[in-house]
Amino acid sequence: MTETQPKDATEPIIKIVGMHKWYGDFHVLSDINLEVQLKERIVICGPSGSGKSTMIRCINRLEEHQRGQIIVNGTELTNDIKNIETVRAEVGMVFQHFNLFPHLTIVENLTLGPIWVRKTPKKEAEETAMMYLEKVHIAEQAQKFPGQLSGGQQQRVAIARSLCMHPEVMLFDEPTSALDPEMIKEVLDVMIDLAEEGMTMLVVTHEMGFAKSVADRVMFMDEGQIVEQNNPHDFFDNPQHERTKLFLSQIL
Amino acid sequence: MSVPEQATREYLDAPIRKIGALAWLKENLFNNWYNSLLTVLTLLALCYVVPPFFKWAFVDSLWNTSAEACRDIEGACWSIVPNNIKFIILGFFPEGQEWRPILAMILLLSLVIYSKEWTRWNKYLGWLWVAGLIVMGTLMYGGVFGMPVVETAQWSGLPLTMMLSFFGMVAAYPLGVLLALGRRSKMPAIKTLCVVYIEMIRGVPLISLLFMSSIMFPLFLPDGMTIDKVLRAQVAIILFTAAYIAEVVRGGLQAMPRGQYEASDSLGLNFRQTMRLVILPQALKIVIPPTVGILLSAFKDTSLVVIIALYDVLKTTKVTLSNPKWTGYSTEAYIFLAVLYFICCYAMSSYSRRLEKDLHTGH
Ligand SMILES: Nc1ncnc2c1ncn2[C@@H]1O[C@H](COP(=O)(O)OP(=O)(O)OP(=O)(O)O)[C@@H](O)[C@H]1O
Ligand SMILES: [Mg+2]
Repeated sequence: MTETQPKDATEPIIKIVGMHKWYGDFHVLSDINLEVQLKERIVICGPSGSGKSTMIRCINRLEEHQRGQIIVNGTELTNDIKNIETVRAEVGMVFQHFNLFPHLTIVENLTLGPIWVRKTPKKEAEETAMMYLEKVHIAEQAQKFPGQLSGGQQQRVAIARSLCMHPEVMLFDEPTSALDPEMIKEVLDVMIDLAEEGMTMLVVTHEMGFAKSVADRVMFMDEGQIVEQNNPHDFFDNPQHERTKLFLSQIL
Repeated sequence: MSVPEQATREYLDAPIRKIGALAWLKENLFNNWYNSLLTVLTLLALCYVVPPFFKWAFVDSLWNTSAEACRDIEGACWSIVPNNIKFIILGFFPEGQEWRPILAMILLLSLVIYSKEWTRWNKYLGWLWVAGLIVMGTLMYGGVFGMPVVETAQWSGLPLTMMLSFFGMVAAYPLGVLLALGRRSKMPAIKTLCVVYIEMIRGVPLISLLFMSSIMFPLFLPDGMTIDKVLRAQVAIILFTAAYIAEVVRGGLQAMPRGQYEASDSLGLNFRQTMRLVILPQALKIVIPPTVGILLSAFKDTSLVVIIALYDVLKTTKVTLSNPKWTGYSTEAYIFLAVLYFICCYAMSSYSRRLEKDLHTGH
């Protein structure tokens, strides 16, 4: 069993080995290999349809891979539902469309996971929730419902909701692309704070400014493969592959 | 974030809306030529219908007299109701024991009214209901504390209607939700079972289900074994209503965006938690209006049990009318029944509207 692998300092928190995925007959991800160290911050970019979302959604099994291995914090993702739930509790995810629970207040959104998954006492969960709401500068909205908040505020709540589970890793799937320009900054600021505190992050985004200032590693995906990865300096100034060059010339 | 500068622009009061009866009339009833025409026509029709009805129902009518007194009047003979109220409401419940079904009905109504506030729904209320139902059952059936046994065959009138419809709705709702979940299940056996069940039930009228339960079903039972007739009718009503609820709830489940499932999955909630805490509360709320529609028709459909010789409140009224003394006054009796049904249905639908409003969270 791979469940209790040693967790020494160099053991990657996420390890993907030879992973393939198909949607029906469509080979969407091909031979993905990736190791993410604790506290590493990775930005993933690439053209639309290149499989960025699919790849990070495989990491918490929102999508199922068909070949290869994905090991998160020592737990391999298999069909074992217990393993899947363990991994999901360790991995936070922030979606493009926030996906807050509209029938619950903001603070209830934040305490739902801790109370039911982590079995945290309600009061303690609420205190933690308020702490994270302070952190994303939105504590005064705690008793409102998601529908009463702006997009930027909702996305910050969504980030806080993930943080309340004390995840080891945070996945972001285009967290700012559904937002109006003036709200993008407030969300990015929160993400930058998070990065500075040492959170392990995988971020799919087109915000290249964010990539340059925060990422340890930038990764370019095309047609379901990781084409190129490098530190931001070399990635932007000295891309190796034609496809990367073309992509960068289009978005910068 | 910087604090916005103190606003310097002027804030005006919202314009005052025109009030007063004339302005209201002009705005709402006579705002253009066809609305004016409709208003006039409606008024004419009302003038034609309302005064004669009013005269019949209230001026020329008798309220609490003998049947003989009614022979000589033009108006309504409401006397049929007070004179026969005991039989219409309680049917064949034995003489001297009438307090039992009345107490049971009062108990049921008070529990329903107390449970109206959804903020009161908790474990204790659940136990209160269990206790209440046991007491009601005991009151109706008897056999303890010196209360003589009253077989279910003698249960009739309003208590029977209330029982069939209340348990019909309360049991059909969760069953319907389970069927809807089953129909969306990834397990082929469960899914097929639910689809077949739902489609079969929806393919036959309630009357035929009631017939089956009262005539065909006993044929399959081993000799000497019987299942209570009222219970069989009750089960038929529950099974029938549940199939319809299931389809409505399935619609609500389909309306849930995938993001809601993904968000709860990514928090590590398991399937049951996801359903219970995230999906069902939203899906069931969306389908409150059609669900109430189904519950209302289930309530009214309980009167179909007459065809298997159960005496619900409609049947006891009919029996009253077959008494030669009262034969001519069916209009009055049926109006009384209609009002009774209307009160119940109206209470349910206005309650559902309030529940919808309470649960609205601005999205
Ligand atoms: N559920 C699905 N079934 C079939 N094909 C899918 C499904 N989801 C995605 N795809 C396909 O898989 C490919 C990769 O999709 P994915 O969403 O991962 O791309 P992406 O890189 O995130 O693109 P974008 O930048 O537009 O979000 C696309 O061609 C898409 O059409
Ligand atoms: Mg995507």
